Amino acid sequence: MTDYSSLTIQSAISGLRKKDFTSVELTKFFIEKIQKNNELNCFITKTFEIALKKAAESDERILKNSNRQLEGIPIGMKDLFCTNGVKTTAGSKILENFVPFYESTVSKNLWDSGAVMLGKTNMDEFAMGSANTTSFFGNVLNPLKPKSDKNKRLVPGGSSGGSASAVASGLCLAATGSDTGGSIRQPASFCGLVGLKPTYGRCSRFGMIAFASSLDQAGPITKSVEDAALMLQCMASSDEKDSTSSKKKIPNFLDFKKFNLKGKKIGIPKEYSIKGLNENIEKVWKNGTEWFKSEGAEIVEISLPYTEFALPTYYIIAPAEASANLARYDGIRYGFRSNEPNINSLYSKTRAIGFGKEVKRRLMIGTYVLSAGYYDAYYLKALKVRKLISNDFEKAFKSCDLILTPTTPNVAFPIGEKQTDPIEMYLNDVLTVPASLAGLPAISVSAGFNNEMLPIGLQVIGKPFDEISVLAAGSLIERFREF
Amino acid sequence: MSIDNSTVKKVALLARIEILQNEEKILISELNNILGWVDDLKKVDTENIEPMLSVFNESMFMRKDDPKSNFTSEEILKNAPENSSGFFVVPKVIE
Repeated sequence: MTDYSSLTIQSAISGLRKKDFTSVELTKFFIEKIQKNNELNCFITKTFEIALKKAAESDERILKNSNRQLEGIPIGMKDLFCTNGVKTTAGSKILENFVPFYESTVSKNLWDSGAVMLGKTNMDEFAMGSANTTSFFGNVLNPLKPKSDKNKRLVPGGSSGGSASAVASGLCLAATGSDTGGSIRQPASFCGLVGLKPTYGRCSRFGMIAFASSLDQAGPITKSVEDAALMLQCMASSDEKDSTSSKKKIPNFLDFKKFNLKGKKIGIPKEYSIKGLNENIEKVWKNGTEWFKSEGAEIVEISLPYTEFALPTYYIIAPAEASANLARYDGIRYGFRSNEPNINSLYSKTRAIGFGKEVKRRLMIGTYVLSAGYYDAYYLKALKVRKLISNDFEKAFKSCDLILTPTTPNVAFPIGEKQTDPIEMYLNDVLTVPASLAGLPAISVSAGFNNEMLPIGLQVIGKPFDEISVLAAGSLIERFREF
Repeated sequence: MSIDNSTVKKVALLARIEILQNEEKILISELNNILGWVDDLKKVDTENIEPMLSVFNESMFMRKDDPKSNFTSEEILKNAPENSSGFFVVPKVIE
């Protein structure tokens, strides 16, 4: 069998058009590869029958030259997107047997574009985690290993860890993710991929299992920047089923190729040189600024003074919103139920057994900061600091067009690490959370390696709805990096 | 501010999550660590700053008031742990 693992979406589209291979051949290849790589635990549910049926339909369309944008392209779907008739768990026991009878807008848009679903990818429970270690269905392994110890297994990052690991190990051509505080960008960085979180409102949240509604945003995890543009093109839409989906015109994201960065100002925020930033990452960040310079962009130092408060702000707002969103899991209408003779013990036992440790911790925090007597001191305070963080970006974008930072303070770490102290895990998101709080588009592109040949990602943050510049900057990184 | 036994019990009741006695101590210490850490925000002067609930600033629109029936009650009940005669079943709540 031909090895299709190194194909990108773009090269697969051209191969399908030229009839070098069929979608069924591609799909069969990935099915076999997924089965051989079960140990990575990338998929919670495999949908091979659906995939083969859809692939055959795509092949017919290709024969008739009526290809849609992603015709016959096999992808992974994060198990956070409700899929009609296919189990959707959000990585939680409480939704262990939940089968939606409707389709999320993002997944519907992808199927309408001809994409083929191989399965539902593993994730941190309710997207709460940065290592894919909180899933009820077990942790996901990163396919990459440190050069000096090939027996050591690393985390893929999270929460979209199954998606990232699947794309990195060539089990599918691309996958969807969702990003609340870094859940697309951080795993993309840990697995050497491209991860794009679009502007809040670009993709509909309808049918996407809610974590923190004012922050959640869908986006793609891909092997190349061009693939990210192709995927986003199909995922984004204005949707009357989500009142916060934007009605702004959706551009042709592939126009990033025509976008010239010459003369553009690239902001380097001094506050992102945080204590504990890995020195290899710092070096790659410096290289990155040189690449932009040699393309004729101007590097400007900027200040985002409230950066240090972004993470604590996030860890008040996100759990608060989660505690409201996850109130729906009560064991009555769907999901797991612990049968008890009394309604209150039914609720509290169902939730005690149905939710994992990290989710319960965040629900407790969220409930506490919203409770009478603490609301003003915590929740309201955090909302005000969020405004200051958002103002920081607004001011910064008066003197620059894009912001260049590292994606994570460190590279992928071994499984089992950072498990004892929750805050240590939270610190993974210190560089991705600020853009989330401000709702800005941001991409992570693999830009270099540490001594152990583990990938290092650079993050580019853009102005609201300016994904095109963000993609153009990502593509520049892709061209200049030496691999 | 710090969380003690009685606060944890109160919050757990509000969140409808049963906390077992052997989990309580470690949960209290974890929650206090997290709250101690977010307490950093107290240092920020937020006088005259408007709270930001959402970054979304486009105007909302009204949908046409057309009744739509998208789902059957059969579909809606399909995922229920227990249902009977078109209803969700819960333990008796009225004495």
